Amino acid sequence: MEKKTVLRKPKGFLDVYKHKPGAEKDRTHYCPGCGHGILHKLIAEAMEDLEIIDSTILISPVGCSVFAYYYFDGGHFQVAHGRAPAVATAVSRANPDKVVISYQGDGDLAAIGANNILQAANRGENIAVFFVNNAIYGMTGGQMAPTTLEGQKTTTTPYGRNLHTDGYPIRMAEIIAQLDAPVFVTRVSLHNPANIRKTRAAVRQALQNAKEHKGFQFVEVLSTCPSGWKQDPVDSMKWVEEHMIPVFPLGVLRDSSAEASVITRAEPIVDPARVIEKLGLAKGPSVTFSRGEIAPEYSKMSIRVAGFGGQGIMSTGQILAQVAMEYGYNVSWLPSYGPEMRGGTANCSVNIQDETIGGAEAVNPNMVIAMNRPSMEKFEKALIPGGSLVYNSTLIEVKPVRSDIRIFAVPVTGLADELGDTRVQSMVSVGAYAAVTGMFKSEDIVGLLPQVFKGRKQEIIDLNARAVRAGYDFVKNSF
Amino acid sequence: MTIYPCPEINSDECKGCGLCVAACPKKVLVISEKLNSKGYHYCAYVGEGCIGCGNCFYNCPEPGAVTVYLKDFQPRKEA
Repeated sequence: MEKKTVLRKPKGFLDVYKHKPGAEKDRTHYCPGCGHGILHKLIAEAMEDLEIIDSTILISPVGCSVFAYYYFDGGHFQVAHGRAPAVATAVSRANPDKVVISYQGDGDLAAIGANNILQAANRGENIAVFFVNNAIYGMTGGQMAPTTLEGQKTTTTPYGRNLHTDGYPIRMAEIIAQLDAPVFVTRVSLHNPANIRKTRAAVRQALQNAKEHKGFQFVEVLSTCPSGWKQDPVDSMKWVEEHMIPVFPLGVLRDSSAEASVITRAEPIVDPARVIEKLGLAKGPSVTFSRGEIAPEYSKMSIRVAGFGGQGIMSTGQILAQVAMEYGYNVSWLPSYGPEMRGGTANCSVNIQDETIGGAEAVNPNMVIAMNRPSMEKFEKALIPGGSLVYNSTLIEVKPVRSDIRIFAVPVTGLADELGDTRVQSMVSVGAYAAVTGMFKSEDIVGLLPQVFKGRKQEIIDLNARAVRAGYDFVKNSF
Repeated sequence: MTIYPCPEINSDECKGCGLCVAACPKKVLVISEKLNSKGYHYCAYVGEGCIGCGNCFYNCPEPGAVTVYLKDFQPRKEA
């Protein structure tokens, strides 16, 4: 490598943080003095110098570094809390020629994801793990982490961590180092320039090994959290030296880099033809029904169905997708639940089109089926101009406000109630949808019901058939 | 004429954490009395005395806030 004549922003970073929302695309979201930024820089510099920018896939955790993908060039996954080693395992095995980095904090790696990291380390996965230990949960506001020191005050240990009630600080590097498979295990610190240079060397060693696919690399980095610790950045560096290092001693715990052999794994046998056969896709889409004349504005549908939980919101969406499939469309169905099991709001997105579907969420729908007032108020705004709003006029007493959309007031709950069971609201909505769009014939839907309600009593199927017709006929006769 | 080595601070990217000031062995970096566009007192070079050790670059958590031109840096000739 050529001797550097300038130390500048490494190429492992993106020039402009284009994925970062807001106006500040030239700076990180980290607090002043945050150790993440220092470690990011060392990793980005090593990515450039080792020429692995294009072959690196970085797994971002949950924690303050959740947005690591804003800054680094290369490939990315952002994963569920603690699961970075599991995802890194899959990414590494599917892409054995890539450099896979798992970047994690102490809450992520040593608490919720502790078993994930142990198993990945024990399997000797081809990944480089950078473990940022700042003895606290930073992102959530400074709670106790597994690595919090004895007596350390956090928001959840206001009198200091008590070893007898809260346990001892966990030394992850030592735990990882006593396993057989890991190749390089070290603990370094960012508390002064000399140690930052040692960290730099450790980062480069880990990534060099990763580039050569030499198994599992684990670099624990003692770092600061000035905001969480309520300290000045410079003081927080001293705090690492005085308080953390005595508990988390620095140094290499394992280094078999020189003798480690390249890890290769048996390649899974994936025969696309067999997968297609097993999934029953060999015949291509089966088309049961022939399409009628459809107005151009209804030929490609992006639908949001929304209402209370229990109003059949999800099944309305599922049945729309299921029926459309029988006409040979590509379809998608994506549910979205609130935290409540019942009584909360629920919605789902359905796409129906001839083209391949890219995003399943109906962000700008051309059809909204709103079953209650909050849903109408929320999703009416999202409709594209000229889109259609079908709303449940039994329960929604206000009128829609927009004048640039088509409006269909359908007493969905009332029609279902007249049939003797409000649970058939979803089929009334499906019937109404068919009449508004002309996409489905009501008798086609009815013909599909025995399949939809397979194993149910004939009277249930008949009731649902009446509900479809009720919704369909209401729209046909009223608009 | 600029004398190399020297640091260059991108003042708008600086968050004024002071880690570079603490890391500088020659004490030639200071926190400015001026505020940048984001409301931070940013770091500034006093103009001479840099030895090109790179401490400020490696201690700085912001990717592009500090650039250090080392002794052998050759500025491109003005066209």
